Amino acid sequence: MSLQNIQTDPEGYLANREDWSEELANELAAQMGVSLTEEHWKVLNTARAIDAESGSSPGLRKISKRSETPIKAIYKLFPEGPAKAIAKIAGIPKPKSCL
Amino acid sequence: MTDSGNEKPRSLSVICSKGSFDMAYPGLILANAARMAGVDARLFFTFWGLDIVNEKKIDHLHLNLVGNPSAPLPAMIAGLPGVEALATVQMRKEMERLDIPPIREFIEMLDDAGADMYGCQMALDMFKLTKDDLVPQVKDVLTAMDFMDMSEGAQIIFI
Repeated sequence: MSLQNIQTDPEGYLANREDWSEELANELAAQMGVSLTEEHWKVLNTARAIDAESGSSPGLRKISKRSETPIKAIYKLFPEGPAKAIAKIAGIPKPKSCL
Repeated sequence: MTDSGNEKPRSLSVICSKGSFDMAYPGLILANAARMAGVDARLFFTFWGLDIVNEKKIDHLHLNLVGNPSAPLPAMIAGLPGVEALATVQMRKEMERLDIPPIREFIEMLDDAGADMYGCQMALDMFKLTKDDLVPQVKDVLTAMDFMDMSEGAQIIFI
């Protein structure tokens, strides 16, 4: 699946999880002006893991603690609204947490 | 979904005017939610709200039960010495369970998230405080008019 033929919900989150791939993540990130490094992947994989385990898309605080990436660093990695950007790129739903 | 490109970026100004433990959180949570969603956010601490960023008070904010119709206790009991303190301890525990950070940590988190925080000049004068009495994350001390200028085009929330 590539960027042209994926479906998203009205807010831009991936409609079908099966569509997600690392390639797609790279494309989605590039669209947001982010080029994914190892540090980005640590954050993204953590978000995906928490979502898979708990069935609930995590907020930044959980992602930060579990990935051992400080909040400040996360904002550097994903400058424009990290909670939304991470969920969109990681192919998980809009975060269900306020923190 | 694509942005139309001609909209101005969203921006949020939160005015925190209350210093009780329970009323400190809503403003902090809203500003944090804004930053997580890519919305610019700033906070203005005025009157009792200054307690939230007062170095001496930030770790000791109290729940407000007396005169609060939502309090789980009759006002007469809520007013007894130590009752509010006890209720505050209970609420702190519950928040810890939910991993909601204590106020000081929350202020640090907001600073890391790029939210700007300001103290109210008039309130500081009234309480005979200076910027040095506030936590270091408070960027500056402003007049209400300064804050209004800074909030041009922003959505304003008063708490």
